[in-house]
Amino acid sequence: MIVSVASGKGGTGKTTVSASLAWVWERPAVAVDLDVEEPNLHLFLRPDISWRKGASMEIPVADPAKCTLCRKCSELCQFKAVSVMGKKLLVFPEMCHGCGGCLAICPEGALSSGRRKLGVVEGGRTKNGQFLSGRLRVGEAMSPPLMREVKFLLDAMLESSGTDAILDCPPGVSCPAVNAVMDSDVIVLVTEPTPFGFNDFVLAVEAFAPLGKPMGVVINRAGLGDSTLHRYCADKSIPVLCEIPYNRSIAEEYAAGNVLAAMNPWLEGLFAELRDNVIRMARAAGAEAAHA
Amino acid sequence: MREIVVISGKGGTGKTSLTAAFAALGDSAVVCDLDVDAADLHLLLSPRNDRTEQFISGHEAVIDPDACTGCGKCIEMCRFDAIRQNGVGLAIDSRRCEGCKVCVAFCPASAVDFPDKHCGEWYVGDTRFGTLVHARLTPGGENSGRLVSLLKKEARAIAARHGLSFILCDGAPGIGCPVISSLSGADLAVIVTEPTPSGQHDLERVLELCRHFRTRACVIVNKCDLNPRTAQEIVSRCETAGHEVVASLPHDEIVFEAMLRGRAVTELAGSPFTDTLRSAWKRIIMLSEMGREAHVPAMNQ
Repeated sequence: MIVSVASGKGGTGKTTVSASLAWVWERPAVAVDLDVEEPNLHLFLRPDISWRKGASMEIPVADPAKCTLCRKCSELCQFKAVSVMGKKLLVFPEMCHGCGGCLAICPEGALSSGRRKLGVVEGGRTKNGQFLSGRLRVGEAMSPPLMREVKFLLDAMLESSGTDAILDCPPGVSCPAVNAVMDSDVIVLVTEPTPFGFNDFVLAVEAFAPLGKPMGVVINRAGLGDSTLHRYCADKSIPVLCEIPYNRSIAEEYAAGNVLAAMNPWLEGLFAELRDNVIRMARAAGAEAAHA
Repeated sequence: MREIVVISGKGGTGKTSLTAAFAALGDSAVVCDLDVDAADLHLLLSPRNDRTEQFISGHEAVIDPDACTGCGKCIEMCRFDAIRQNGVGLAIDSRRCEGCKVCVAFCPASAVDFPDKHCGEWYVGDTRFGTLVHARLTPGGENSGRLVSLLKKEARAIAARHGLSFILCDGAPGIGCPVISSLSGADLAVIVTEPTPSGQHDLERVLELCRHFRTRACVIVNKCDLNPRTAQEIVSRCETAGHEVVASLPHDEIVFEAMLRGRAVTELAGSPFTDTLRSAWKRIIMLSEMGREAHVPAMNQ
């Protein structure tokens, strides 16, 4: 089972929830950091990293000696990564999305395969499971290609061992966020009962609902704000899986880099309840699918 | 005309609340919400939108089932795994389609259409602090970097038209496409961080990004009393690296109260918090006048 922990708004507590959920997960699991722009899961789970590898994607390299300036490549490229200027074919590697079209269409073989560094992927073990994370190179604009690389490695891990996965996803509702949750069985949306939290939560529901996956919500900093969020969830039949109370000692514990579920028995119980609710939700959806 | 962009790396550090406060303190600015994924600034500024524009960006591939012969060439060529058998024939999963046109170009039956893609809307409205330029990306949409560039271009045009001296932008979290677009052409990045492991870690990465693009950066440590030791560490590291810390702000309920009331923090009755913000804003204005970084010191590793 793959569980995605996502949210529209940044800073609602995705990493807090992911780390605590991984902490109380009883079956073998991989904790995965898919927020490759700002990976933070390792700061809480403190894994022993046993391997690290560079990730890159294919980009074109121009050979001006072979180019006849036919412009087939620049007419095809939608991202302004190859263009002919005057009597010169120019490649802008940072604009390339890696579609391979220009390499395939060039009749002269004037474009060959090069690489652009995306960042690194690393893996290891935490106290109670495996760990996998991507880290985008600073200056690289595109996170989806590196996320695809992380997911590719995750698939191999899941196939080989039949374990579960808990994904700490990037914030927002655009392509990186939707890419992250696309292959999961359950989506856990983390939000806070503030005007900003609610506004971004509604956007996230709009973005993720069309995926047709079971979705539940964790309300962090519960006790702030009013009942708008609860009413909305009831209206949309989105179950509230757990509520983390708003108090300063929890904020300080987070600021000290501690896993909330490890803080005291009450919080451990809270996240165990979240775990059970997530598993129940996945099973119900699986059962419904089986009956469909 | 100067451009000030508030970013953070980590989400939830208080970018939007602080941007609203600066918008209230600064007159003669166009305010711009560049967090197009999850825009919140309008909740505090309550713009009266007098103009809505459609954001059309790129294209998406659509297979015409009548023309498709099912040869599978597109599946073989697509690098984004966006083409699927749907029982009847081949179809494109729009969520995975990158809009690269490869399937269009290589389909032997010319069965792939390539219509424009509607990715959201953008708005220009009047607020009590001047003009706000903001947007709403279609949830699940893309090209947020392009939308960010478009908003900035619009903000510059408005500022030029009205002879305004600066543009104040609320940026997106992260270090990727939308943030890189936000920094392009900026005179100063104001980085809002918090004294948590994530806050500290993401600050380092976002500072590295500013150095990469030679953007001058200053720092605000928000919620500094959550972990005073880490807060102090952040301050010393920044100052060693030549990034001025223009404010250290306590974790104050006033920020939340202002959010609930749809106000900027500085519009609420005076408090030490707002006094600190006022002096921070003065420093930000001064730093933004210093021009772009020529020599960029490296952070001590």
